[in-house]
Amino acid sequence: MGISVEGASKRFGDFQALNDVSIDVPDGSLTALLGPSGSGKSTLLRAIAGLETLDTGKVVISGQEVSKTPPQKREVGFVFQHYAAFKHMTVFGNVGFGLKIRKWDKQKISDRVHELLQLVQLDGLADRYPDQLSGGQRQRMALARALAVEPQVLLLDEPFGALDARVRKDLRTWLRHLHDEMHVTTIFVTHDQEEAMDVAEQLVVMNEGRVEQSGSADDLYDHPANEFVMSFVGEVNQLGESYVRPHDMDVVLEPDDRTEEAMVQRIVALGFEIRIEFVLGDGTEVWAQLTRAELQKLELREGQIAYLRPSQTKSFNGDSPSGDRGASTPLGAQDGGDAERSAAV
Amino acid sequence: MSGTSTASRWGLRTLGLGYLLLLLLAPLVMIFYKAFEEGLAPPFEAITSADGLHALKLTLLMVVISVPLNTIFGVGCALLLVRHKWKGNGVIDAVINLPFAISPVVIGLSLYLLYGTDGWFGPALAEAGIKVLFSVPGMVLASIFVSLPFVVRETVPVLQEIGTEQEQAASTLGANAWQTFWRVTLPAIRWGVAYGVVLTTARVLGEFGAVTIVSGSITGETQTLPLFVEKQYANFNQAGAYGASILLAVLALATLLGMNLLKRKEDA
Amino acid sequence: MEAHPATAQMAPRAGMRLPGVGAGAGRGLVVLYLSLMVLLPLAALTSQSLEGGLGTFWDQVSSPLAVSSLKLTVICSLIVVVVNAIFGTIIAWILVRDDFPGKAAVNAVIDLPFALPTIVASLTLLAIYGSDSPLGIDIAFTRTAVVVALLFVTLPFVVRAVQPLLIEIDREMEEAAASLGAGGFTVFRRIIFPNLLPGLAAGVALAFARALGEFGSVLIFAGGLPETQVSSVFIRNQIESGNEIGASAVSVVLLLASLVLLALVSLIQRWTSRHERGSSGGLTTMPMSGSEPTGSKEEGDDERN
Repeated sequence: MGISVEGASKRFGDFQALNDVSIDVPDGSLTALLGPSGSGKSTLLRAIAGLETLDTGKVVISGQEVSKTPPQKREVGFVFQHYAAFKHMTVFGNVGFGLKIRKWDKQKISDRVHELLQLVQLDGLADRYPDQLSGGQRQRMALARALAVEPQVLLLDEPFGALDARVRKDLRTWLRHLHDEMHVTTIFVTHDQEEAMDVAEQLVVMNEGRVEQSGSADDLYDHPANEFVMSFVGEVNQLGESYVRPHDMDVVLEPDDRTEEAMVQRIVALGFEIRIEFVLGDGTEVWAQLTRAELQKLELREGQIAYLRPSQTKSFNGDSPSGDRGASTPLGAQDGGDAERSAAV
Repeated sequence: MSGTSTASRWGLRTLGLGYLLLLLLAPLVMIFYKAFEEGLAPPFEAITSADGLHALKLTLLMVVISVPLNTIFGVGCALLLVRHKWKGNGVIDAVINLPFAISPVVIGLSLYLLYGTDGWFGPALAEAGIKVLFSVPGMVLASIFVSLPFVVRETVPVLQEIGTEQEQAASTLGANAWQTFWRVTLPAIRWGVAYGVVLTTARVLGEFGAVTIVSGSITGETQTLPLFVEKQYANFNQAGAYGASILLAVLALATLLGMNLLKRKEDA
Repeated sequence: MEAHPATAQMAPRAGMRLPGVGAGAGRGLVVLYLSLMVLLPLAALTSQSLEGGLGTFWDQVSSPLAVSSLKLTVICSLIVVVVNAIFGTIIAWILVRDDFPGKAAVNAVIDLPFALPTIVASLTLLAIYGSDSPLGIDIAFTRTAVVVALLFVTLPFVVRAVQPLLIEIDREMEEAAASLGAGGFTVFRRIIFPNLLPGLAAGVALAFARALGEFGSVLIFAGGLPETQVSSVFIRNQIESGNEIGASAVSVVLLLASLVLLALVSLIQRWTSRHERGSSGGLTTMPMSGSEPTGSKEEGDDERN
């Protein structure tokens, strides 16, 4: 069961939004479609909902092909980035809309609406209008509205994109808990990799209308299929043909045959972690991520020369279909030991 | 007002308000003054005379037929223009604007030539025994022509502003096209539509030029209230002319009130 | 926010059909309605005007009375449009930038010429500025009367076209100019006025079209004497004397003028929308009270948090 899309392609004028995309979403799972603007993730989501028609390919929901079915009949719940609240109806009216269409009787509608409002913690606000609610409340209402009709699938299109950072974090957690309780197959679209990794069980990374890789957050982080995935999911430095994560970049004060000389350009303290920006001999700019303790041991200052030794790199040869083609090269595990040697500056 | 001195502020106020006073307010006040110059009775009698009442009824008939037709057309056309791209939309848009810019007399004449005995439809209609000119149908056609654009013009911007997301949400919740329109789209645009309806009504109530040509202004038969005003004046019946004018002026003021209230709702 | 190409295009999509009918059928109905109500009559008019051939058309249009009425109409309309451009802008200015008791009422009254039947306007102008005038001004049955009547009916066009633009103007532009040393009138001339120009031009074009064709308000106040006969009155008289070709010929002239003016307004709006954030998607907006070119907005504009 669950959802699967096979060979989906869609074009808007000259723009190829989807290019032979196929994904599999297991029943009851929580999947993120992750990618930059224009990657096709929203188009894919809307195609699953039936709000877009595909040029080629098919959509299968719970074993039934729905490619030709209109959105009304697909039993998908859809949540929009800007809520799409029915402004002229109360919260109650919004949440009960789908039920009213299905001609449930008044009492049942009322019971179900109140049940959902409790679930999304908006009980007591049933008689308010959307413009009297905060953004976060409106989005929870939208969620309740989508869930009211017991959809087979829940689709969320950048649901937290219009909200403040703080509210976004809260709703993220809340969505995960909701999913734990309700187990509806859920797909959400985001361009925020942190959000995707925080919330989803499965991530599908998209770029330019294609799927680059799909898997769990760990899979994608530790075994990226290509440089796009590596740089999109997590931070990355490029050294020639290799790619290094900043926290895999060891900083030492003495050179050896595995180090590269670099000058400290800037030291930025971001709370717990320290970010040190370096410039290499050939002008390449890289940065390393250290803890405060590590920095203190090194006693680095701006303008100082130090030595960088990547403890793990990846390189990718040619194109990569999904699957791990990256060659990882761990360069030995020395870290603290070298830094302990005092540096003469 | 930033950037302007007190002198220039008062200067502008005097110019602007003075102009309005002389041009708009004075005439408005004058209608009431003139109508009741000889007491309350004469204008009242004129209005309630057989001809006067007939004129009133006919005017209301025009409204009752033309306004709903143009409203249905207006909303449907707005939906079409805004939600469905098509090459010909520009042409439709242009044609809809025509009644704004064409003289009512020209409108009346064109209807006269289309439906008259020598006109394109004339002979066919005569044979079918349908009388268009000098009769109610012709007057309705004239009223529709002159008031055609208002509902479309007022609904289009509102439709554009609400966007399509609410409608998409409704479709994912199971609503079909009609349910979406009735429960989601229409309530969202209702103030724009209402405003358009008020403008349409005002236009139909006040229409003179086109209707006078098409109807022949036959007293007691094809004379709406504005035509009645003219005829009364032409027959030196001041009381009648002003009496009917009062009625129309009151309706106009009610329209202004309606327009203002709705404008505020639209902006809300 | 991700700019979704589909939303930007507003292409028809599943579930977005017109209620009850498909887009195709709906379009058919709209075209039918417009043809029946508007296009056919105008076609009949044009056809009739050419009944006697181009020669007759020209003779009718160039007859002394036709020409004098056209001349009078055009000249008066031009005068009126210039005067109302000035006063209309002043009035829009004080409505937007100034504050005084009764401003809301004044704002409402601007629409009076839209709401009041033209014949009633004519009657009352006669009462106030005619032989029984309480102000002692008698201009009835003169060319001035024509001008005054046209001033009355065209005033709202300019005011309502300029008002929204004045409201929308970015105050910071004016403040920047002031900080650079520009005085009040200079700021108006160089900063504000150029931004009002498109709206003003559109309002003026529509006002001009209205003035050319105005009938009811001129009829009683200015009368139908040859010296004060505007084209619309001329046309009516020709109809009454049975000269249908003459009436339709002059009508076609007026019709052509209307078409040109509408095209002008459309061009102005297209030119303006190129410089603006949102456009009306190719559809024109008429400067009527309440109808402000808002353009298409994304739904997030009203979000609050």
